[in-house]
Amino acid sequence: MDRRRIEERIFKGLMIFSTLVILSALVLILATVIVKGLPAMNVAMITQTPKGGYYLGKEGGILNAIVGSVYLAGGATVLSILVSLPVVLYLNVYAKKGSRLVSFTRFSFDVLWGVPSIVYGAFGFTIMLFFGLRASLLCGIIAVGLLVLPIMSRAMDEVIRMIPKELLDASYSLGATRFETAFKVVVRQALPGILTAVLIGFGRGIGDAASVIFTAGFSDSIPYSLLRPAATLPLAIFFQLGTPFVEVQDRAYASAFILTVVILVISVASRLLTRRFTRHIVR
Amino acid sequence: MDSKRLLKDRLAGRVMFVLTVLSGLLVFVMAIGLYQRSRPILAIKSLRELLFSTSWHPLKGEFGFLPFIMGSLWVTGVAVVIAIPLCLLTSVYLSEYASRYVREWTKPLIDLLAGIPSVIYGVWGVLVVVPLIKDHIAPLFGTFSSGYSILAGGIVLAIMVFPIIIHVSSEVFRSVPYELREASLSLGATKWQTVKYVVLRKAMPGVIAAVVLGLSRAFGETMAVLMVAGNVAKVPSSVLDPAYPLPALIANNYGEMLSVPLYDSALLLASLILLAVVLFFNVIARVVLIRVERSIQ
Repeated sequence: MDRRRIEERIFKGLMIFSTLVILSALVLILATVIVKGLPAMNVAMITQTPKGGYYLGKEGGILNAIVGSVYLAGGATVLSILVSLPVVLYLNVYAKKGSRLVSFTRFSFDVLWGVPSIVYGAFGFTIMLFFGLRASLLCGIIAVGLLVLPIMSRAMDEVIRMIPKELLDASYSLGATRFETAFKVVVRQALPGILTAVLIGFGRGIGDAASVIFTAGFSDSIPYSLLRPAATLPLAIFFQLGTPFVEVQDRAYASAFILTVVILVISVASRLLTRRFTRHIVR
Repeated sequence: MDSKRLLKDRLAGRVMFVLTVLSGLLVFVMAIGLYQRSRPILAIKSLRELLFSTSWHPLKGEFGFLPFIMGSLWVTGVAVVIAIPLCLLTSVYLSEYASRYVREWTKPLIDLLAGIPSVIYGVWGVLVVVPLIKDHIAPLFGTFSSGYSILAGGIVLAIMVFPIIIHVSSEVFRSVPYELREASLSLGATKWQTVKYVVLRKAMPGVIAAVVLGLSRAFGETMAVLMVAGNVAKVPSSVLDPAYPLPALIANNYGEMLSVPLYDSALLLASLILLAVVLFFNVIARVVLIRVERSIQ
């Protein structure tokens, strides 16, 4: 018809095209990891630690990295919950409405969220030097915990902010203190959101490599103490891919497959949890 | 009994207050910590020399960051150029055109893209993007490239910043009041004209902020870039050249840095520079987004 209609058509076509490009990037990435990683998978990969000469193509698996990553991300998640839950409850229950501290803290989390993980790693390294520690599980947990903190806090804050003010007022009017209101009403009401936030944090923690490269070190054995260095899945992928041996590179693809499956499971679980844990919610 | 409850309430309040203040100050603590450790090198060399020298020879005590800064700028630039049109068209589509059904299916997929670890992006880059550039794109321009190049880094980074830009700009589009769209449509404008002249114009500051957030994420991204950009410490001159971005430099040299004098200090200074650049962009973008939010309410 007229030029306006043609322009409308062209741009709508372009929009659908871009959306498809972006979605196909996701499909392409997942497909590549599955096609390359699945054939290289075997039981030894997930049940054994690297034996002598593993990085030259000899026997073994990456159990050390899987366990190391779970310890590390688990520890970092716990550390991050211990800080972010009180902070978010303070922002939403204790603090006065519209106080400077509240907006400053929210702004600061927004900014921290954008800080690259390598900077958390470098900062973790300065903490290590300050306390005279060596690269270890503990230092890795601290660095990743700090990395996860803003992610988790923002996600929790977003849900807790949505809780109707009347619910808090009802709790106060029954004589509850702010502490009781925070933990018995607010936390319960926001539980699905809080759990989702925890899972998002865990997922970020388990997938991050740049922050642990300085702080957690790498080791072929499973760490038995917080002060031992720990291998992590992303770094295992990186190191195996960097070797010139095809067999070892195949293991890198298998490891990438394992990590991707972990991330997919976490993402699906967080969606299911959101649906499941809604029974305490007052609507 | 009652005083015990009140005491608990107060005590918890104090603890929470302290934690809140501490985490609010974390970003300053990080900057100070990194600055302390980069002082040894700043005491010997001027910041200007470090930033604008191209000679990187740690063993001779020469630490010029220019090749790495340029590498970062090139890679980030390519990523942003690829990401802007695709992300804007997609977020306009998702917030203005798409049906509820499409939107509800697309959002979790884009969230998933955001959740994929950067190492996986790196593996994908090595497997798909690098060979693509080596075998198809470079010969197309009649040159040779190993494939490990700025273009490879840019493509991978672009995909990594898609979710951020789409998420923030869709939110900005959604915050544009419906009355404005209705007014435009009722004057006989087509949907695209409404988007072009009303929604985009109203949302422009927020869209720019979204792009800036994506840009600063790309600037600081480490592992994926480290794996595909080639890591050659030279100022690049074309997108098919290899580059050695700043985050890759930091991550790649953690092994040697404690055995060469001043090396650790130089790398922590590099982290401080990275932090400063990213903070600068993030603060601006966040302030703009807060303004946008307020202007609409």
